[in-house]
Amino acid sequence: MAEREQRRRPAPVEREPAEQAPPAATERSEEIKAELDDLLDEIDEVLESNAEDFVKSYIQKGGQ
Amino acid sequence: MSIPKTIGIETEYGIVHRGTEDPNPIAASSLLINAYLHEAGYRSEDGNDTVHWDFIDETPGLDARGCTSTNSTPPDVETHLVNAVLTNGARYYVDHAHPEISTPECADARSVVLYDRAAELIAQRSMAAAEAVLPPGQEIVLYKNNSDGKGNSYGCHENYLLDRATPFGRVVSGCISHFVTRQIFTGAGKVGSEAPGQSTDEVPYQLTQRADFFEEEVGLETTLKRPIVNTRDEPHADARKYRRLHVIVGDSNPSQAATLLKVGTTALVLALIEDDALYREFVFAAPVAAIRQVSHDPTLSVPLELVDGKTATALEIQWELHDQCRKYVEADGSDNLGGPVATEVLDRWETVLAGLEADPMSLASQLDWVAKYRLIEGYRERHGLDWTNPRLRALDIQYHDLRPERSLAARVGLEKIVDDAEAVAAISEPPVDTRAFFRGRCLQHFSAAVVAANWDSLVFDVGADALRRVPMMEPLRGTEAHVGSLFGECDSAAELLRRLGS
Repeated sequence: MAEREQRRRPAPVEREPAEQAPPAATERSEEIKAELDDLLDEIDEVLESNAEDFVKSYIQKGGQ
Repeated sequence: MSIPKTIGIETEYGIVHRGTEDPNPIAASSLLINAYLHEAGYRSEDGNDTVHWDFIDETPGLDARGCTSTNSTPPDVETHLVNAVLTNGARYYVDHAHPEISTPECADARSVVLYDRAAELIAQRSMAAAEAVLPPGQEIVLYKNNSDGKGNSYGCHENYLLDRATPFGRVVSGCISHFVTRQIFTGAGKVGSEAPGQSTDEVPYQLTQRADFFEEEVGLETTLKRPIVNTRDEPHADARKYRRLHVIVGDSNPSQAATLLKVGTTALVLALIEDDALYREFVFAAPVAAIRQVSHDPTLSVPLELVDGKTATALEIQWELHDQCRKYVEADGSDNLGGPVATEVLDRWETVLAGLEADPMSLASQLDWVAKYRLIEGYRERHGLDWTNPRLRALDIQYHDLRPERSLAARVGLEKIVDDAEAVAAISEPPVDTRAFFRGRCLQHFSAAVVAANWDSLVFDVGADALRRVPMMEPLRGTEAHVGSLFGECDSAAELLRRLGS
């Protein structure tokens, strides 16, 4: 609880830096980074072939 | 004591008809929905139509402020377009120029996530069904986003049941601080800005799709001069006991975690407002400016001006709201907020705020704006692109593409809260713990006798005498616990009505 109070106090200047993310989260973010690299490798195959035309023609009228 | 928070989401999907010279979004939306209804077996073999929505009790022009505003335009209700009720209790229809799915009434935030995911699967099946009936080379594609990047927006609206006894002024003042600041985890991310007079140079990337479109603090509109707090007063329930807060300020979230937080935290804040338990409120000097300041600041550091002359960041206000909600649940329990689901929401809320404080990029598996930013920034760096390059805007749109083979959101490693087997079941099965159960079961068992349906009633034709309307004015009656056994015991709608005593 004390640790949480420290992070939560709405006084940004004095607030202690947040605790390090737990190891599981770090591993997960490493995984995500590797997945992102893989995705960037293959993204041009998935991406709309003519991005400029696609963006230009993406028009959505009459919404709430 | 606050009342149970019955919740639902309405999502308008972006629609593109590819391979045709002259696309018409209204015709495409109708074709798509009809193709789905046919494919899913909603039209019986003798040619009977699907069960249609009944507008007799709809009054979207009523204003919760109890006055008639001179410059407000009540929303139109279009009654001539496709409008169907599904066996899971949802509504699937053409709204303006978009296909829209309203989830059934849900009893907690996790159930909303489940039915929002089921709606995505329905949208995917609809695209496949449409492709089967379209000429070769044509395709209808849906996008779960809220902006076309050219100044046109379409909504993802949330609905929360509130106690009528709560003064609406208190709802407004309590909600604004949450709606302005929750964007730090509800945002779906957007390349560039659509705010008047602002360019992509000034705002290369922002947290939300919708913030640029809000111009008022409070009002009735949903398509023009959109307000942060919408005042539509149409409870779809006993109006003496209930209000329905219609929230138009949120983004559509591909991320299930973001959806859980969006509705879960809002339900908590509303419970505190009902119980007058928000002991520290933040009142912005300029709420409309503040909603854009928060969205336009991925560093989460912009100080927001308060009426008392002080400032606070969105993150600080969110910590304060989280702390107040945590204390409220610890003291008063969470039976009206889904019990363990409320605790799950509080714990995730805390984890996410701590993550945003330490390193927002650590939340790429939970928050859409972070996942999208990492993807686009990674692509931008790799190819040395300027933020105005249309390929980045294309990536933004394609993040929301609902085609499984094209969706970028499906590829960035977003955490799943409900598994797809559960969501597939929710395509046809209603929630068991709200009146949606009764609506859904009636359509499963007696669709030929159901003439019309809406949120708070069903109309039956059981032969000889006049049509019979079954009112459903209590959102938490008509659950499996109340009426579940009747559906096994009754062979006909007439018998069901007799047993119900109506």
